[in-house]
Amino acid sequence: MTPLLSVKDLRVGFGRDPAKNEIVKGVSFDLAAGETMAIVGESGSGKSVTALSINRLVDFGGGKIIGGSIKLTRADGNVLDITQAKEPVLEKIRGSEIGMIFQEPMTSLNPVLSIGTQIEESFRLHRGLTGKQATAAAKDALDRVRIPDAARRLKYAPNQLSGGMLQRVMIATALACNPRLLIADEPTTALDVTVQAQIMALLGELKRETGMAMIFITHDIGLVAGIADQIMVMQAGQAVEQGTLGEVLDQPQHPYTQHLLSAVPHFESGRAARTDFSRKAKETPALDVDGLVVRFKVKGSMFSRAQGSVHAVENVGFDLMPGETLAIVGESGSGKSTTARAILGLVKPTRGRFATHMGSITDATDPATQMVFQNPYASLNPRLRIDSILAEPVIAAGGRVTNETRDKMKALLKRVGLPEDSLERYPHQFSGGQRQRLCIARALMLNPSVVVLDEAVSALDVSVQAKVLELLVDLQKEYGLAYLFVSHDMAVVERIAHRIAVLYAGQIVEIGDAASVLSNPQHSYTKRLISAVPSIDRRNQHFEIDTRQVPSLVRPPGFEPPEAQWREFGPDHRARAEA
Amino acid sequence: MCMLRAIFSHPSGRIGGTIVLIYVVVALLGLFDLTPHYPLQQYRIDRLHAPSVVYWMGTDLFGRDVASRLMKGVGQSFLVGVSAVALATIAGTILGLTAAWFGKLWDGLVMRIMDVLLAFPAILLALLIIAIAGPGTWTSVAAIAIVYTPIFTRVVRGPALSIKSREFVDAARTFGSSKSYILTRHLLLNLVAPLTVQVTLALAWSLLTEAGLSFLGLGTQPPASSLGLMLADSRNLMETAPWLLIFPAVAIMISILGFNLLGDALRDILDPKTRSRTA
Amino acid sequence: MSYLARRLLTFPLVMLGVSILVFFAIRMIPGDAITAMLGTEAGLLTPAQRESLAAYFGIDQPILVQYWKWLIGVFQGNLGISVIHGKPVLSIILERFPLTLQLALMSMVVALAVGLPAGVFAATRNEKPSDLIVRIVAMIGQSTPNFVVGLLIIYALSAGFGVLPTMGEFTPFLTDPLRNLGQMILPAITLGFAFAASVTRISRSAMLDVLSDDYVRTARSKGVPKRNVIWRHALPNALIPVVTLSGVEFGYLLGGAVLVEQIYALPGLGRLVLEAILQRDYALVQGCVLFIAFNFLVVNLLVDLLYVTLDPRIRLGEGG
Repeated sequence: MTPLLSVKDLRVGFGRDPAKNEIVKGVSFDLAAGETMAIVGESGSGKSVTALSINRLVDFGGGKIIGGSIKLTRADGNVLDITQAKEPVLEKIRGSEIGMIFQEPMTSLNPVLSIGTQIEESFRLHRGLTGKQATAAAKDALDRVRIPDAARRLKYAPNQLSGGMLQRVMIATALACNPRLLIADEPTTALDVTVQAQIMALLGELKRETGMAMIFITHDIGLVAGIADQIMVMQAGQAVEQGTLGEVLDQPQHPYTQHLLSAVPHFESGRAARTDFSRKAKETPALDVDGLVVRFKVKGSMFSRAQGSVHAVENVGFDLMPGETLAIVGESGSGKSTTARAILGLVKPTRGRFATHMGSITDATDPATQMVFQNPYASLNPRLRIDSILAEPVIAAGGRVTNETRDKMKALLKRVGLPEDSLERYPHQFSGGQRQRLCIARALMLNPSVVVLDEAVSALDVSVQAKVLELLVDLQKEYGLAYLFVSHDMAVVERIAHRIAVLYAGQIVEIGDAASVLSNPQHSYTKRLISAVPSIDRRNQHFEIDTRQVPSLVRPPGFEPPEAQWREFGPDHRARAEA
Repeated sequence: MCMLRAIFSHPSGRIGGTIVLIYVVVALLGLFDLTPHYPLQQYRIDRLHAPSVVYWMGTDLFGRDVASRLMKGVGQSFLVGVSAVALATIAGTILGLTAAWFGKLWDGLVMRIMDVLLAFPAILLALLIIAIAGPGTWTSVAAIAIVYTPIFTRVVRGPALSIKSREFVDAARTFGSSKSYILTRHLLLNLVAPLTVQVTLALAWSLLTEAGLSFLGLGTQPPASSLGLMLADSRNLMETAPWLLIFPAVAIMISILGFNLLGDALRDILDPKTRSRTA
Repeated sequence: MSYLARRLLTFPLVMLGVSILVFFAIRMIPGDAITAMLGTEAGLLTPAQRESLAAYFGIDQPILVQYWKWLIGVFQGNLGISVIHGKPVLSIILERFPLTLQLALMSMVVALAVGLPAGVFAATRNEKPSDLIVRIVAMIGQSTPNFVVGLLIIYALSAGFGVLPTMGEFTPFLTDPLRNLGQMILPAITLGFAFAASVTRISRSAMLDVLSDDYVRTARSKGVPKRNVIWRHALPNALIPVVTLSGVEFGYLLGGAVLVEQIYALPGLGRLVLEAILQRDYALVQGCVLFIAFNFLVVNLLVDLLYVTLDPRIRLGEGG
C-alpha cells in the first residue's frame, strides 16, 4: 500500500542563498493513512521547518525547498509531488487534504473577523457551501470540538476566548473539510497542563473518528508517548533517530535521543523526588508566610464605586527552612506568581505577614530575599555591562563597589560556570541558559537566605533546563539556601522540590512532602493536574475529555472566603477539604 | 565606533548619513562666513546673473551671490534646528520620563497640557507663538521647540511605561535600588534608542518648518539669509531667474531627505522589531 | 471604564485648556489693544475717547472677567467682532471654512487614491525593484515642504506650458463647479503630494507587518487564495493605522494649510489667521484659533471612534 505521505531526502534552505543556509538537511520518512508521527527536537532542530514544508508554507516565510521530494497520495488516488506542484494546486490541497494547527492560538486567528466567518471560509472554499449552509457547517464544526453553546460562539471575536478555546476553534477550522493529514506544530506548548491534556484528548478522539493521519511537532518527548505511532528525533536539521514508539523510547540508539530521555527532567509520579533534606526539630524558618491575601480592586464604570475585587491570593501560609525547596505549583490564574511578587515586595499585599530570619518584613524589600525571574531576555538591562548588573544589588543595599566586591563577582561567576571575562560583556552576548546563570549569580551577591525562583527555567530548552537545575541544587547544598520555586512544570518541580504547595484559584489546596504529594495526591484538583502531566510511561493514553474552566476570581466587596478545613494524610501532607 | 559602521552599511543610512555630513559641513561653512562671496554684499552691477564660474548659483535681485546666501541659509536653518530640537528633547524627556514614572496626578496633568498643545495644527501654534514674541530667528527656535515638546513627551512616555514593566526593572525594585538609579541606569539608557531616532526626524521636521516660517516672513528676518526667504523672493522672478527658485528648493529637499533617511536607518538599526518595515 | 467614555470626558477639558491658552496668549501680544486696532490714528485720541473706547470693548475690566465674558459669548455663538472686516467673527470664519474644508477633502482623496494602492502594491512586491521605486518616490514626497511643491508646480507650468494657475476671485463650488475645481485642483495636488507619501509609507509598512502575522499564515494553510488573503484578511487589519493617520492629517489640513493657501492666494482659514495675527485683530485671531482647534479635536475624536469600530480588540476588551 502506498503510504499517504512519503518524504525523501528533504532539504530546505532560507534567505538569498538557500543552498548555503540549509535548515533541513535531508529528512526522509513515510506516513501511512491514520498513522501519527511525532517529530521531536529542541529549538533550531528544523522540526517546524520540516512541518511547514509539507504544505509548502515555508515559501511564504523566505524558505525554499532545494532538494528531495514530498509525495502525497491524494483522495482520488493520484500521487502528487508537493515540491514540484504549482501554487493553484497547492491552494486546493491546503485545507482540504492537509490541515494545519499552530502554536499560538491567541494570534493565529484574524482579530477583526468573527470565528464563525473564519471557519465558514474553509467550507466556502473547498465545499462550495454558501449562506446558511456554511453557517450550519461551522456550528457543527464547533460542536465537534466540544465547544459549548456553539451557535452563540460563532459570532465571537477571537479576543473574547481563552487560549484553550481558541485552539479548539483552530482545530475546528483545520478539520472542517476532513483532511486526510493534520500537521500540528507545537499546538499545546502555549497552554496550561490541564488544557493541554484536554486538547490532546480531543485530537485523539478526532483521529479515531476520522481516521486521519497526524504529524505532531513538539519539544516534549513525554507528550508524544500518549499518541504517537512513530517518532522522529531531529537535531540540527537532521533526523538522528526514527522508528516506532516502542523502539525509540525503550531502545534509543543515538546519543542525543538517549540524552533527551535520561538527562531531561521527566515526570515520574514522585519516584524521582528529592530525599536529601529533612526538617530539624526546632529550627527557625528562613521564610515564614502567614495569611497572605492579595486582592486587586476592579473598577466599575466612572459613575459607580468599585465593584469588588479580584481575589488573586487568598490566605496563603507556609514556612520554609534553610536548605529546603518549597515548590509552588499551579496553572495560569492560580496566584502563584502574585504570591512570589508579594513576598518580593513588588505587589502590595492586602493582608498578611511575612518574616525572614532577619525579622519581620511587611512590604519593604529585604536583602535576605532575592529572586530569579522567568524571562532571561528581559531580566537583564541590555544596556548595562555584566559588572554593573552584578554590582547593582550591592549599591542598592547601600554598599560601594570595592575590590572585594569585584572579587566576589568573579568568584560567583566561576561558581555558576561562566568565564571571568563575562564582566566586560553585555547580556546579548550570552545565551538564554547563560543569562539565567548570570541572574543566579546576581541573586547571590548579597548572600541571601531565601531565593525566589519564578518560572526560572521555563523559558529554557530542555537540555539547558537540566543543567541549570543541577546548578541550583548544588548551590543550595553549598550555601544552605532556601528556595521558593514557582512553576507549572511538574517534571521540573519533581527534580528540585522537597515540599510542594498546590495553588488553585488563589488558595493552597494541598501542601506537603514532595514524594507524598506527587505519588499520592488527595485533592481533586491535584489529582487532575497530575493525571494531565505527560509522561513517557503513558503509552497510548486515553485522555478524558473535560471542559471545566478556571472559576472567576472576582468577588463583591467585603467577601471573605470560609475558613479552610484541612485533612491530614501523613506526617507532612495536608489537603483542603472539599465541599 | 560600531554605530557609524552600522549606519553606513544600511542602504538608507549610507545616503542619509552622507547627505547629513555634507549638510553639516556646508552649514558650518555658512555660519562662519566661509563662503565664496560675502552673502550680504550686493554686487549691483551683476544683478540677476545666471549661474556662472564667478557666481556658481547666480545672483539675485540685489546682486547678492546665491551660493553664498544659500550656504548662510543652510547654516541658519541648522542653528535653528539644532537649538530647537535640543530644547524640545530635554523638555520632552523630563516630562515624559517623570509622567511615566510618577504616574497618576502628575501624568494626568502633563498629558492634558500636552493634549492642549497638540490640539493646534503645528504651524498654527508656531504662528501664535511668533505673534506674541515677534518674528525672528530665536522666536522661531522657541516656537519650534514648544510645538515639538509634546511629541517628544509622548515618544518618551510610551516606551518608558513599557520598560517600567520589564523584568529587569522589577529586579531593581526588589534589590531596593533608588529611584534615581532606576530612572537613569535602567529607563533612560534604554530610551536612548527611540530618542535618537526621534531627534533625527525632529531635525528633518524643524528644517521644514523653519523654511515655512521664513517663507511667510515670520522667521529669520532680512537682510539675513534663510532658505525660506530666498524662496519667497524668487516667487515673482521665477520665469526670468529660475535659479533663484531651483537651488534653494533643491537644497531644502535634499537636506530634509537626508535627515529622514538617516532617521529611518537609525530606526532599523536600533529597534530590530521594525526592521525592513520603514520607508 | 470604557476607552470611549474616557476620551469623551477629556474633550471638554482639553477645549477649556485650549480656550485659556488662546485667550491669554493673544493678550500677551505686545502693544496695547487700542493702538493695535486703530494704528497711527490712535495717537489722535484724547484720553477720554480712549477710555470710552476701552469701556466699549470691555478692555478696562479685570482680565478674568474678560475671559469669562468671552467664554459665555462663545457658548452663545458670539465670537466677537472683527476689527479689520467690521463683521462678526463667526460669520467671517463660516464664509471661509467651506474652502478649507473642500481643500482638505480633495487633498485626502488624492492622497488615499494614490497612496493606498501604491503602499499595498509595494508591500506585495517587497524588496523587488518596483517596491524600491515606490519607496524612493514616497521618501522624496515626505521630504518636500508643501510650499516648495507648490512653487515648483507653478514654475513647471509657467516654464513648461506658459500657463499660470487661475488666480483671482475665488469661486465657490456651488456657483460654478468647473471653475471652482480648476482653481482647487492644483492646491489639492500640492497638499496631497506629501499626504500621499505618508499614506504610502504607512500602508506599506502596515501591510508588511500584517502579511507576516500568524493569522495570515493560518489563512494560507486553509488554502485561501492569494487574492483573498490580501483583500479579506490582510487589508482590513492593515487599514486601521492608515485610517488613523489619514484622519489626523485631515484634521491638520482643516486649519494648517496656510502656506499653500498663501501661494495660491486662496482665501482660506489658514490665511485668515495669518492676516489676523499680522494685523492684531484680537477677536478674529481668538475666534479662528478656537474654531480650528475645536475642529482638530473633533476630527481626532471621530478618528478614535472609527478606530474602535474597526478593531474589535478595543471594542470588546481583552480575554475571555
